[in-house]
Amino acid sequence: MTTTISRRSFIKGGIAACAVAASGIPVSASGADKNKQIATLLDIGKCIGCGACVEACSEINAGKFPEPKKPFPKMYPDRVKAEDWSGKKDVNDRLTPYNWLYIQSADVTINGEEKTITIPRRCMHCTNPPCVKLCPWGSAKQLENGISRIDPDLCLGGAKCKEVCPWEIPQRQTGTGLYLDILPAFAGNGVMYKCDRCYNRISEGKLPACIEVCPENVQTIGPRDEIIKKAHALAKETNGYIYGENENGGTNTIYVSPVPFDVLNKAIETGKGKPHLKAVADSMEKANNLVAAMAIAPIAGIAAAVGTFYKHSRKENEVNKDEQK
Amino acid sequence: MSRNKNVYYIYLLTMFFITLSGFGQMPIFKRYYIADVPGLEWLAKFYITHYIHYTCATLIIGITAYAAADYLMLTGKKLKLTATGYLRGALIAGLIATGILLVIRNFDGYIFSHNLIIFLDLSHLTLVMLFLCTSLYCFIFKKKWTRDSDQ
Repeated sequence: MTTTISRRSFIKGGIAACAVAASGIPVSASGADKNKQIATLLDIGKCIGCGACVEACSEINAGKFPEPKKPFPKMYPDRVKAEDWSGKKDVNDRLTPYNWLYIQSADVTINGEEKTITIPRRCMHCTNPPCVKLCPWGSAKQLENGISRIDPDLCLGGAKCKEVCPWEIPQRQTGTGLYLDILPAFAGNGVMYKCDRCYNRISEGKLPACIEVCPENVQTIGPRDEIIKKAHALAKETNGYIYGENENGGTNTIYVSPVPFDVLNKAIETGKGKPHLKAVADSMEKANNLVAAMAIAPIAGIAAAVGTFYKHSRKENEVNKDEQK
Repeated sequence: MSRNKNVYYIYLLTMFFITLSGFGQMPIFKRYYIADVPGLEWLAKFYITHYIHYTCATLIIGITAYAAADYLMLTGKKLKLTATGYLRGALIAGLIATGILLVIRNFDGYIFSHNLIIFLDLSHLTLVMLFLCTSLYCFIFKKKWTRDSDQ
């Protein structure tokens, strides 16, 4: 198994991250340096598409999968349809609430030779994940180690996370979760599910299931800055291309491919539950850029009030002078 | 604030849009067909409502700073805040404080604890509901922000 950090340091890092997360104290930017988040490197050139990672993911995470109650509550208005994957648990050619990782394939030509490239696809675990930051209830959370996960006990299944995710990763299962106890007919529609990068195994110092079982050592896990260095070294060595380093402002899933990603994107099947490989701009950047104006606003407000006060005082003085004359 | 009518109208307009875009952070406008009304499609676009909310928040912070400084320097000599004025001011202050923390949370590299995020989300929502109820009460019973200081 190829890892860039020792198991001991991995456990130590995991415990430290858990301690900070449990303390309830906001962490400063320096304390939560995104380069210290844990990232994975996927060497696509090594992947043989055996599906061992997909099987392991399903087995290890079986306890986290939804167990919906039927019949589903009738919804008013019926604008939002029930999404039920409980009868299609074996679907493994796309992302579903029961399949958080799948193998995407692309037929491409490399050096004149026809080849099928296989790509394990799951949540990218963005360094600034819009699914977490824009969730209106705080149901999605980001851990100190960079993992983003959705809390099934809090999620109402509104699917905003899916809509704001550039890859539309989270998938909904109706008939489960908190919404059943609130107003099932009028709000919510289940729970959103996606890869949590085996956060519970990582907190125990174990590797995510998909990494542990891979016979080809496709994935490497470690601190983001080290993973980025490795990705660049690998890309240089193999004349490869990198995806995930800067997508959506940076992710913790870095792919290195022997084929340019725009070529791969055209060759893969995309659609519902089948994420693309396009270049992605930072989703949170535009709004965050507005914050500069927000910081200036109170100064501008006070300056305007001082201006009004000065104008008023001058007028009052002039009136007083006129009265004295 | 009502002394300066222009500022007051900007405040009312901004409050309307910040509340609308704030509720737009929840996936409700599409579900209830409101975003189907011509001209209201933007209510179902989460990034659009997010930008509008930030822009309106900038204006509200500026107007609040203006009103507070104006009250301390000038208006406060002639007018005094009423009880409902203090209440509305406190609710706006609470909304600004929780909103600023949520804005900080949205920066890359800022990871708040899960409990704090839930607290901020729910308190921001509770504060705006209280503010709307208070504003409705003040509108119905004609309660003003200020009264003459000699009353």
